Amino acid sequence: MLSLRNLRIDFGTGPDRVQAVKGINLSLGAGETLALVGESGSGKSVTGMALTRLLPEPPAVYAEGQILFEGEDVLKMSPAQLRKLRGGKIAYVFQEPSTSLNPVFTIRNQIAEAIDLHRSDVSDVDAEVVHCLDLVGIVDPAKRMHDYPHQLSGGMQQRVMIAMALACRPQLLVADEPTTALDVTVQAQILDQMRELKQRLKMAMLLITHNFGIIGGIADRVAVMFRGDIVEEGTTQEVLQNPQHAYTKALIGCIPQLGQRRKRLATIDHSTLG
Amino acid sequence: MFAYLLRRLFFFIPIVFGVMLLTFVLFFVVQSPDATARRVLGQKATPKSVENWLHNRGYDKPLLINHTPGKPWHDSLFIHQMGRLATFDLGTSDVSGRPLREVFAQGVLPSLLLTLPAFLLSIALGVGLALYLVFIRNAVVDLAASLFCVALMSVPVMVYVIFGQFVVAQVLNYFPAFGFELSGWSTPKFLLLPVVLMVVSGLGADVRLFRALFLEEMGQDYIRTARAKGVSTVQVLMRHVLKNGLINLITLVVASLPFLIMGSLLLENFFGIPGLGNVLFTAIQAPDFAVVQASVFLGSLLYLGGLLLTDVCYAWADPRIRLQ
Repeated sequence: MLSLRNLRIDFGTGPDRVQAVKGINLSLGAGETLALVGESGSGKSVTGMALTRLLPEPPAVYAEGQILFEGEDVLKMSPAQLRKLRGGKIAYVFQEPSTSLNPVFTIRNQIAEAIDLHRSDVSDVDAEVVHCLDLVGIVDPAKRMHDYPHQLSGGMQQRVMIAMALACRPQLLVADEPTTALDVTVQAQILDQMRELKQRLKMAMLLITHNFGIIGGIADRVAVMFRGDIVEEGTTQEVLQNPQHAYTKALIGCIPQLGQRRKRLATIDHSTLG
Repeated sequence: MFAYLLRRLFFFIPIVFGVMLLTFVLFFVVQSPDATARRVLGQKATPKSVENWLHNRGYDKPLLINHTPGKPWHDSLFIHQMGRLATFDLGTSDVSGRPLREVFAQGVLPSLLLTLPAFLLSIALGVGLALYLVFIRNAVVDLAASLFCVALMSVPVMVYVIFGQFVVAQVLNYFPAFGFELSGWSTPKFLLLPVVLMVVSGLGADVRLFRALFLEEMGQDYIRTARAKGVSTVQVLMRHVLKNGLINLITLVVASLPFLIMGSLLLENFFGIPGLGNVLFTAIQAPDFAVVQASVFLGSLLYLGGLLLTDVCYAWADPRIRLQ
């Protein structure tokens, strides 16, 4: 369904150019979940945003390669085609729900905006909004939908973000650090919810995270990104149990284990990774 | 909300009192009532007529507090005047003797005819141009427009006035450069040039400010969310950026509303428009303390009203704000 071929993304031009993504290959089948793991600045979020050309251009430059979604190159699409793709076929959930929702519109309006754009089949928008909020486990959705984002807790806000992303029945959900801004118990609830919805709605998911700890139960495959390159790829089990690349090993070593004796947390020594 | 408004209105009283006290002290430090009387009545005024003039206006009383034995302490000029203003009695002009209520009522319309169209045009043009510049941001036109705005800001208002009067009235002989008439088509003819000048002289600063406001909004996370939903750039600007930017705009726009009533000191004077700005300008020169005092009184009330209105509008535009 989705395949990246030798994708290279630069920021800026000329001598100040920075290569954020250095020619990566990646593929994702329908209904599959791929975790893209790496530390800050490894290029994983840039890759996620690039799938629908969300990166502001300039400074971003798609220097080389292709992004094929259902056989069509996203980089060659017209603005109108891109707008159909965004939200309609590929939807996003971002890291910080408190700033990712527009503070001056009710959540009903923000979800309805997506429905209005992509689903001409829906006649009763309010009923559909209620349905979407119900899907992500918001209690009393008919009343809650008239709330503004600031009236909801962080976990609820992220559920609204997910409801908004799912409102148009996308084939691919890009979840960019969806639980990083939430506390641990809420993280688990949100991840459970996403796993359940992914199966129910039969959509593919690209889970972008720096945390190896959360991908276990949810991802089919893992790709590890390091300095703009994919250094390791495999099934979740393979990678977690038998990491090949030194960076992957170091990253997995950083997960604190419950019940472990008190000692210094592991860090990654970049000088040894070359 | 109601309690909040009431509390704010209550605070008007000490603030206005302070402003009036300051105006009073400043004015009578500059010139004693006695000197004013002599200037108004002319060189040949007899001591008797000066005394009468002062007595008729209450200017023969002690200025702030009455220390004369046997007289109540509050029998002073300032306290009498405050009592009068508290009932919104503006008094009469020191020079012409006309009731000030009448003078101000007459000046409001010409002032508003000048400032209101200029204000509406400024906002519409400023917001429209700023949105367009954000839409095409980083293009050559955007850069050129920014430079042009700085140029517009750098030219003093006086240059616009002189240049405008020269070109439009002298060279093109298109419409009059000076004067005012409140009848039919001649009114817009007199007002066109000052309105255009008022808009042009403020446009550069407005556009740059609004553009910066909108650009800041464009960088917000929720704009990314909107784009990720498939919202077009135009819709992003018109819905998401404008509504959020509006909250910041309100402070600037609503707070300036009261000044529309007070008119423009400079432009009214240069174009001979008999508005409130002109009334105040003449009064300062005369000097006519009654007019200055009444202007300051009304002006400070309007200003405070504008600030209160800003808060109310804030609460209306931003669901996160509640007035308590």
